[in-house]
Amino acid sequence: MALKKFVVGCFDEEKVLFPAVDKVRHAGYKIHDIYTPFPVHGLDKAMGLRDTSLHTAGFIYGLTGTTTAVTFMSWVFTKDWPMNIGGKPHFALPAWIPITFELTVLMAAVGMVLTFCYICQLAPFIKKHHFHARATDDLFVMVIECTDKTDEAALSAYLDSVGAKEINTQVAEDGWWIGRYDREQKLYNEPTIA
Amino acid sequence: MSLIKYESQVREPLVDGHKTYHDVTEDICHTIEAKPTRLWYIGFYISVALLMFGVFSVYREVTYGIGQWNLGRTIGWGWDITNFVWWVGIGHAGTLISAILLLFRQRWRTGVNRAAEAMTIFAVICAGQFPIFHMGRVWMAFFTLPYPNTRGPLWPNFNSPLMWDVFAISTYFTVSLLFWYAGLLPDMATIRDRAKTKFRKMMYGVAAFGWTGSTKHWQRHESLSLVLAGLSTPLVLSVHTIVSFDFATSIIPGWHTTIFPPYFVAGAIFSGFAMVQTLMLVMRKVMGLEQYITLSHIEVMNKVIVLTGSIVGCAYLTELFMAWYSMVPYEQDHFFKYRIAGPYGWSYWLMMTCNVISPQLFWFRKLRRNITFTFVMSIVVNIGMWFERFVIIVTSIYRDYLPSSWSLYYRPSIWEIGFYLGTFGLFFTCFFLFAKYFPVIAIAEIKHVLKTSGESYKGEMTGIERMTDEQLYADAHHHDDDHHAADVKVAHN
Repeated sequence: MALKKFVVGCFDEEKVLFPAVDKVRHAGYKIHDIYTPFPVHGLDKAMGLRDTSLHTAGFIYGLTGTTTAVTFMSWVFTKDWPMNIGGKPHFALPAWIPITFELTVLMAAVGMVLTFCYICQLAPFIKKHHFHARATDDLFVMVIECTDKTDEAALSAYLDSVGAKEINTQVAEDGWWIGRYDREQKLYNEPTIA
Repeated sequence: MSLIKYESQVREPLVDGHKTYHDVTEDICHTIEAKPTRLWYIGFYISVALLMFGVFSVYREVTYGIGQWNLGRTIGWGWDITNFVWWVGIGHAGTLISAILLLFRQRWRTGVNRAAEAMTIFAVICAGQFPIFHMGRVWMAFFTLPYPNTRGPLWPNFNSPLMWDVFAISTYFTVSLLFWYAGLLPDMATIRDRAKTKFRKMMYGVAAFGWTGSTKHWQRHESLSLVLAGLSTPLVLSVHTIVSFDFATSIIPGWHTTIFPPYFVAGAIFSGFAMVQTLMLVMRKVMGLEQYITLSHIEVMNKVIVLTGSIVGCAYLTELFMAWYSMVPYEQDHFFKYRIAGPYGWSYWLMMTCNVISPQLFWFRKLRRNITFTFVMSIVVNIGMWFERFVIIVTSIYRDYLPSSWSLYYRPSIWEIGFYLGTFGLFFTCFFLFAKYFPVIAIAEIKHVLKTSGESYKGEMTGIERMTDEQLYADAHHHDDDHHAADVKVAHN
């Protein structure tokens, strides 16, 4: 486990969050992540994240499906066991379109979902550190990683000046581990703000 | 302000009332966190009872053979395949709502997509039972799978529409399930993070896969949803097309028709939306979700019903015209003597009334927005669509080319009916469990559209409407969101 120190600032309005992201980045702080309860469009660009290439992976999985289906069916019907079905040609490409299509979709979808889970490290029994319980409810939780040079007090004050409603410092594990939420996460309390 | 996408004030709000993000969470999660009501238990136990009857009916069929059903050599496909097509058809609305309407940017889908997708998955599970048990020797069902076996290996016939069906239905089920569950992850995390009991924390902790809501994860999630929607769109059309190939590729009058694929797809969407209406109208009332599934949601779905109902009506008339125009005596006899008239004539006219004539009443706005009328119509349409499949299957085969093999009047046996009732039990058992333990409305998606389409936020659009082009452009570019800038400009012009 590699424990790191983070300064956490919670925002409750997109209108405040976006300028804050700009300012924090311009002030030279490195935003570790922002946890939001729903996909906030434009936030990834504001944070300077690059586009995901998940769709490219999906395309490759799809092509794999197409190739698998066509090569397998042609191997079965022309090489392995050529069957005479009503005198029709062994290599019956039009009749293979439905299965080829279905396998393309199947492989693309399954491949993409598995890839998604892998790169986001999502699976049952995975435990991660959650900086705020309301990040999945109504708060936008900005997390800034501290380096040796970071002045926590100054950073907290800065977050306060850009509009964060709740600011604290947390020492937490950065990655994931096998664990159970009922043992490691506190049960829900009343809302901390508002 | 311009961080929020512009949405015309002319459009009706999708979320009524003054809501904050937290209110949305509360409204949708409270039924999960409360004890089930008595009504829920009653419904659940009735469903389980029906399911048990279904299991017993299937036990009879498996033990004593297909002879338990009143099928014969002439009518080889009766209630079972009718029910199969009916359930698969119902299973089309969910993916249509979640995939096609996502690509068309129809934001009203957010209110109903979660429950509709769940309905899709359960309906496909029900549908799958029929062809599997219709095999008779169900323990050999795995013969349909192409795996290296000890019989040669002998491969299934990939040129057969029935084989295509195996691939289509199983792919459809898998992809719908993945799409549905990927969308559920963030909402499961929402329930997990507000759990007040250890057990709930553990269960939803496992179910949420450790979702945190990281921006990068959301970005990938959005990309995943979009691509899965793009994949599901042709998939949903292909599934019922392939189901229609089961009929259309045979040379039986009444089945051998090129119009079948579009006709079946339209019918599937038609019946699927009717089932969505039936379930949503009850659900919004019982669970108090009137502010999320609003009258305008109901109205747009009724518009889809009247459109697809009319397409189906056109298809029925085209079939009759083509039979007459073809000059083929078998076709003509089949349609004009044995289908619209004859011993099963009543089922044809029942289908016509339920599917073509009665939905036309939805041209009236007042009726489209009338909840009682919509509920009644949704059931009428589902009855009509069941009879459509019955008409297509039974009336096409009960009198074939050879008069000596014409069948007697076909009546289902109690075990055939029991199997059908059993799938109702299965469907509603699943749906009741879903309604109790899953967020029935996509929480994150509602939050995403809340500030553009929520009733109390719509007034803020006036500010955008009053801005000049230059202001809009400057405002949008200030926030470094090009996509958004284009949107606002188009909307304004």
